[in-house]
Amino acid sequence: MTVRIVVLTKQVPDPETPPSQFKIDESTNSVIPPSGVPPVVNGFDLNAVEAALQLRDAGADVEVTVLSVGSDFVMDAMKKPLAMGADRLVLVDDSGLDKIDSAATVKVLAAAIEKDGPFDLILGGRQASDWDQAHVTIGLAEILGLPLVSLVQKLELDGDSVALQRVIPDGYQVITAPVPSVLTITNELGEPRYPNLRGIMQASRKKPEIFSLADFGLSGDDLAPKLELKKLYVPESNRQVELIEGEDEADSGKKLALRLREEKLI
Amino acid sequence: MTSVLLVAERDDQGEISQSTLQAVTAARSLDDAQVTAVIAGDADGSVSSLAVDKVVRISAVDSGDVGIYEQATADLAALISSTSPDVVILGKSDFGSIVGARVAFKIDAAFASDCIEISNSDGSLSVTRPVYGGSALAEFEIASSPAIVTLRAGAFEPSSDTGSPEPEAFDSGAAAERSATVTDTIAEVREGIRLEDADFVVSGGRGLGGPEPFSVLTDLANVLGGAVGASRAACDAGWIDHSHQVGLTGKSVSPDVYIAVGISGASQHMAGCSSSRAIVAINKDGDSNIFKEARFGVVGDWEKVLPSFLATVRDLKA
Repeated sequence: MTVRIVVLTKQVPDPETPPSQFKIDESTNSVIPPSGVPPVVNGFDLNAVEAALQLRDAGADVEVTVLSVGSDFVMDAMKKPLAMGADRLVLVDDSGLDKIDSAATVKVLAAAIEKDGPFDLILGGRQASDWDQAHVTIGLAEILGLPLVSLVQKLELDGDSVALQRVIPDGYQVITAPVPSVLTITNELGEPRYPNLRGIMQASRKKPEIFSLADFGLSGDDLAPKLELKKLYVPESNRQVELIEGEDEADSGKKLALRLREEKLI
Repeated sequence: MTSVLLVAERDDQGEISQSTLQAVTAARSLDDAQVTAVIAGDADGSVSSLAVDKVVRISAVDSGDVGIYEQATADLAALISSTSPDVVILGKSDFGSIVGARVAFKIDAAFASDCIEISNSDGSLSVTRPVYGGSALAEFEIASSPAIVTLRAGAFEPSSDTGSPEPEAFDSGAAAERSATVTDTIAEVREGIRLEDADFVVSGGRGLGGPEPFSVLTDLANVLGGAVGASRAACDAGWIDHSHQVGLTGKSVSPDVYIAVGISGASQHMAGCSSSRAIVAINKDGDSNIFKEARFGVVGDWEKVLPSFLATVRDLKA
């Protein structure tokens, strides 16, 4: 029987954007998209895509659906999971989703999963690299009433259950979770695979399945934010570095050690 | 009056954890705060370091909880529903991050994680949290109550006051379902000092180019009596185990000296080390962000800089 997996993804500004190009429009409290740096799929979500594909590699008959909620999707970015090997891309694309908070995101995801499901596993990244809240997938488990295991670094399907390793501060837990369950996947799982040429070709031919809020009977009123963003700003840094320069690089290393001793730091 | 429910935790020594003591400071900073601490498990001597107005015990025992904090989630949701606090504060531990989020969605409350400021001095509750990996700060107003908030480690000074009232027991009557089963806990094998406790941390990043240079970093850490850290890029590349990862998704360290070798200083990394007393950067790219955060730096090739640095430190320590 086919194991249906849905992986939650989010389009985010490229976290590799050089800090010098990271700018905020304080009149709208939003990030100004840096020129020439297109958005990407949240890197932690690619860990979750990788986890789903590893289950397929291990021999399971797996269908991988990628689900995202937002607006102004850039297809080159959003199709990356398809190029890695995912089967379907489902987008809830609605301008009403432009400014929602994560509580509302959870509502929309839950509605999409109920419409497109049932799924055996719901996977998300450990957090999104834009708002770093790390609670959308956790909240979704609560709303759907499903078991949750967070920070999974290893997973294996075992009949009606899934065997997991969950990262904790000084080691890991060995966990058995039932199917269906909600899991957040952490980067300890390992680097997500790079799409190969064949994958990229296949992804370019696949069309995303697109829904709007109205398809789920939701409107803006259902999605009023609980948190109101008052101010978004770049903190001032007034630290001044003291650069140590010697006659050559080896001499700089020596002088650095002496300077630290002078400051009683070592 | 602002009624605050503080979710307290113990550390692995059985004492009230640092993140909880920091949360005490945050809770008491609120206007006209009436603070109740809730703690899971037995009432023992450790609760005397909770300087709050009231202490409540719930039945969930950290080590004996079912699944991933299922009982604590159920107990806490019941306690919040019956006492209606204005604000619920948790530390950003594994426990706090998960239980905070789960309870918020269970009772449909506002949730803000990883906050570095919290205030209600102008009548409404506002919190500030780092976003975009620390590149920016976001200030939010939360109109609905209760607001559930987790705090970033180190954002507040730990309270050193003592003297808390006798704990009262709270029976939620809720029996959590066993959803996932923890069958074993594996402790990581650690050599030397805990990264989080080290006075010196020598960290390596993508600029090292491979796993071998970490042996030089280890030598330096040993001479200094410190520990070895790494950026996420170096860990994800498999050059060193993830248990060494410093940053937003790794460990938070605050040593006296943090030596960053071949680390560009992305804000996600700095989030884990910016509270160090002094950051020392060795990087061949003088424009990299690490030099904006560092107190001392050498612009140069680490392969040439580090050996003489290590030799000089060794001489100074001899």
